[in-house]
Amino acid sequence: MATVRIPPVLRPQTGGASEVEAGGSTVGEVLRALAGEHPETEAQLFGGDDDLNRYVNVYLNDEDVRVLDGLDTPVSDGDTVVILPAMAGGS
Amino acid sequence: MATGADTEQVKAPIEEIEPFEASEEIEGGDVVLIDTREPHEYQESHLEGGKLVPPGLLGDEIAAAAPDKSARTILYCRSGSRSTKAAEQMRTLGYEDVASVAGGILAWQEQGLPVVATEGLSPEQRDRYSRHTLLPEVGVEGQLKMLNAKVLLVGAGGLGAPTALYLAAAGIGTLGLVDDDVVDASNLQRQVIHNTERIGVPKTESARLTIEALNPDVDVVEHRTRLDASNILEILEGYDVIVDGADNFPTRYLLNDASVRLRKPVVSASILSFDGQISTFVPFEGPCYRCLYPTPPPAELAPSCSANGVLGVMAGTMGLLQANEVLKLVIGIGESLIGRLLLFEALSTRFTELKVRRDPDCPICGEDAPEIPPGEMGKFPDYELFCAG
Repeated sequence: MATVRIPPVLRPQTGGASEVEAGGSTVGEVLRALAGEHPETEAQLFGGDDDLNRYVNVYLNDEDVRVLDGLDTPVSDGDTVVILPAMAGGS
Repeated sequence: MATGADTEQVKAPIEEIEPFEASEEIEGGDVVLIDTREPHEYQESHLEGGKLVPPGLLGDEIAAAAPDKSARTILYCRSGSRSTKAAEQMRTLGYEDVASVAGGILAWQEQGLPVVATEGLSPEQRDRYSRHTLLPEVGVEGQLKMLNAKVLLVGAGGLGAPTALYLAAAGIGTLGLVDDDVVDASNLQRQVIHNTERIGVPKTESARLTIEALNPDVDVVEHRTRLDASNILEILEGYDVIVDGADNFPTRYLLNDASVRLRKPVVSASILSFDGQISTFVPFEGPCYRCLYPTPPPAELAPSCSANGVLGVMAGTMGLLQANEVLKLVIGIGESLIGRLLLFEALSTRFTELKVRRDPDCPICGEDAPEIPPGEMGKFPDYELFCAG
């Protein structure tokens, strides 16, 4: 099981949870498991082509999965997957 | 057998004059002014027109400094004792009209008379910044770098306010503020550079007033405007470091593209509800904002503080982390957040660090990235939502 850290903008879709446990052997599987449990996160994370939305960054522990193997990046037990959209705050 | 002359050792005491009397005489002209201290004391500060003749070198050097033995010669030192002894020595050398400043340069300053610093910090600055100059990593040299630095803050709001405050306190010599907004009561929960009396006042003016009262060494340049492709290059050019406290994505991307083009480092942070992010972008040394966020999110994933709220202290927390980054860049010490994205969650008081890498395919700072014309900066050809502006 990996721990998925949920950014503030997505917490309404996870019932307020800032961390969700999800199983999977790759980053893609872990995120699919998350979307399975919290269906409203699916559209935010995945674009029409089953790939991650370009405006969402995902990290395995502290490394952007784009420099690893993207959604195919292997995940080990106890790893952390961080979902991070950009913030601009304002007004 | 002792002669009468040996027993007549009672010399007339050296004439001592008060600092203000000395000042008047000096201003009247025709006075030779001698500083009888050591070089490092002289360098810290001295009287204008004072010629340095350290006590140990008096015999060798006084003739050059004071060629006319009948001229009115006034001596001073730190507190009045070395100058008295030096005056006595000069008298035995045949100088006819010597006097010593009672209480020395200390009394001179106590009486409000001006001194000159040959290099470095004035006496007031040495006092004001003493907690900085005591730090071996900073010292007078580091403080001078801060005083000579020019930092631009994009946004004088949530992030700009605390950052500007602490950079002014630190003695950053020039602070530019870009903001076209006026102070609103709802700002005061976190924008502590403003206050209740400034409601309705332009933010740059309000910030300038606070900064002037805090530190007169700081020159505030108000840019009461919004950055756009037509003005950004001109505005950024005059500054060494940029602080990104913008409240919208288009400005952040525009700022990124312009700062990479001009090779200006940007310290960038953002806050929302209980969360903050910060990183430092130094063009070509590390990633740029677009390497980190190649595409801005759609509106529903990017709420504003006015819609979702923000804990007031988040502005201070992240703003001060920004100020810390600026100071380190200016002084040239420590390790900055280049290639590191620092996340802070206030609810759990937890810091997380993520790695940020340069994207080799980045359209702005990638190896083969073409130089884009100013009109194209900050734009995304394939992103329709941007035209909302």
